[in-house]
Amino acid sequence: MLGSWQKAVKPGIVLIVLLLLWELASRAFAIPAWLLPAPLQIIETGLTGWADYGHHVSSTVQLTITGFLIGTTIGLGVATGLHLIPSLREAVYPLLILSQNIPIIVLAPLLVIWFGFGMLPKLIVIALVCFFPITVSALEGFRETDRDLKHYMAMAGATKRQMFFKLEWPNAWPYIFSGLKISATYSVMGAVISEWLGAQKGIGVYMTLASSSFRTDRVFVAIALVMMLSLLFFGLIVLIEKHVVKWKREERD
Amino acid sequence: MGKLVVDAVTKAFGKQSVLKNVSLTVDEGEFVSVLGPSGSGKSTLFHVIGGLIEPDDGHIYLDGLQVTGQKGVISYMPQSHALFPWRTVWHNVLLGAEIHGTPDETAARAMIAKAGLSEYEQAYPHELSGGMKQRVAFIRSLLSPQSLICLDEPFSALDELTRLDMQLWLLSIWQTDRRSILFVTHNIEEAILLSDRVVVLSDKPAAVKAEFTIPFERPRRREMLLTDTCLALKKQIYKELGDADDQTTH
Repeated sequence: MLGSWQKAVKPGIVLIVLLLLWELASRAFAIPAWLLPAPLQIIETGLTGWADYGHHVSSTVQLTITGFLIGTTIGLGVATGLHLIPSLREAVYPLLILSQNIPIIVLAPLLVIWFGFGMLPKLIVIALVCFFPITVSALEGFRETDRDLKHYMAMAGATKRQMFFKLEWPNAWPYIFSGLKISATYSVMGAVISEWLGAQKGIGVYMTLASSSFRTDRVFVAIALVMMLSLLFFGLIVLIEKHVVKWKREERD
Repeated sequence: MGKLVVDAVTKAFGKQSVLKNVSLTVDEGEFVSVLGPSGSGKSTLFHVIGGLIEPDDGHIYLDGLQVTGQKGVISYMPQSHALFPWRTVWHNVLLGAEIHGTPDETAARAMIAKAGLSEYEQAYPHELSGGMKQRVAFIRSLLSPQSLICLDEPFSALDELTRLDMQLWLLSIWQTDRRSILFVTHNIEEAILLSDRVVVLSDKPAAVKAEFTIPFERPRRREMLLTDTCLALKKQIYKELGDADDQTTH
């Protein structure tokens, strides 16, 4: 734990220096706040404005978690299906990769046309960005099973079902967690994008309102909020990972 | 229970003949070693017995029943311990039994205690030494319900001293739970120390070249390896292995 704190010292210093330069520059050149607010002003808006954005944050958090859970479930389901039915995998997997080349920002308006402004299109957007990293990493985890272990299971007469649940599934856990970490950060981004489409609440809405009224300081607060939420989700997954795949972490040491 | 008959098994991969008319038996409660140079098709023989590979010709019988190409009829201990890294010692030990039904936890606990691993029941494989991992793997195969255990060079990755300990440990455990054992090795001393009979395979393709009955009493002791009988036996086996074999005493 001490090691990771020490690692954070250097980038921390760089960050503080950058913010300091920014602060000094905006004072020295008297940059108007609607163009580029100074860091101290942003921090002040952030600290005093909780009443303005508090409900937006909680709305986004709810949306993110719901979408993330749906995306994760679908991702694991798809991975399991593709793994257990190889012909399906061969047919679908390349298309799956292809589908990831469609920018979500292009897809989002279409989803609004099809499903309106309710929760559904927003959840679809988040689930879409979440499920792919999980599917890919879980599939890899199922496949990268140790040959010796597989061999043992075959010699012991394990059924296909036992092979999957006793060997491939637990083997995939570390892989799934790396997918979850990526998805967790994507899901916040997905939520904000989906809120741009039209919503009553959410960080995305707060951001749109702020930029259209030239409250640039609030835009920066929104950006900071998105970053913090992403980090929080990421940290949460890391925490769960440490608990669940204890054997792997210690193996690496 | 546990009588194995390998009847004239032949197997080729493409043009390369690997097993040629291999016949051998393991009687009930007998400890038989298969001795052959590294890469001489011993593993293929195991895969045929284990049902992973269908022989081109010949049959496998277990307790009079034909089990050719049938998986799960033998209990197996591979060269690498093949312990599951996410399972504790306790859950690893139960795995073999789990595959075929409900494991007997009382027997497992007793076996772990006998192996001196009680303290490590909740440890993960990476926390164990090489010798301990092999012990766990052997207990796993003992707790599996099959009557015949096949061990594929289980101690070849261990250092000399640990290996000697492990051989004697294996015998002491086996003494109390006399399963039929088919043991593959490329180490002559190991084969003599452990077995009732030693089957010598020739190199590429593997065929049974000779068979030796080991005259030593049980329980076996390390000193037996230093007797004249043993040395004579060793010489004979060494000769049978021939010059195709680059056998060293490791």
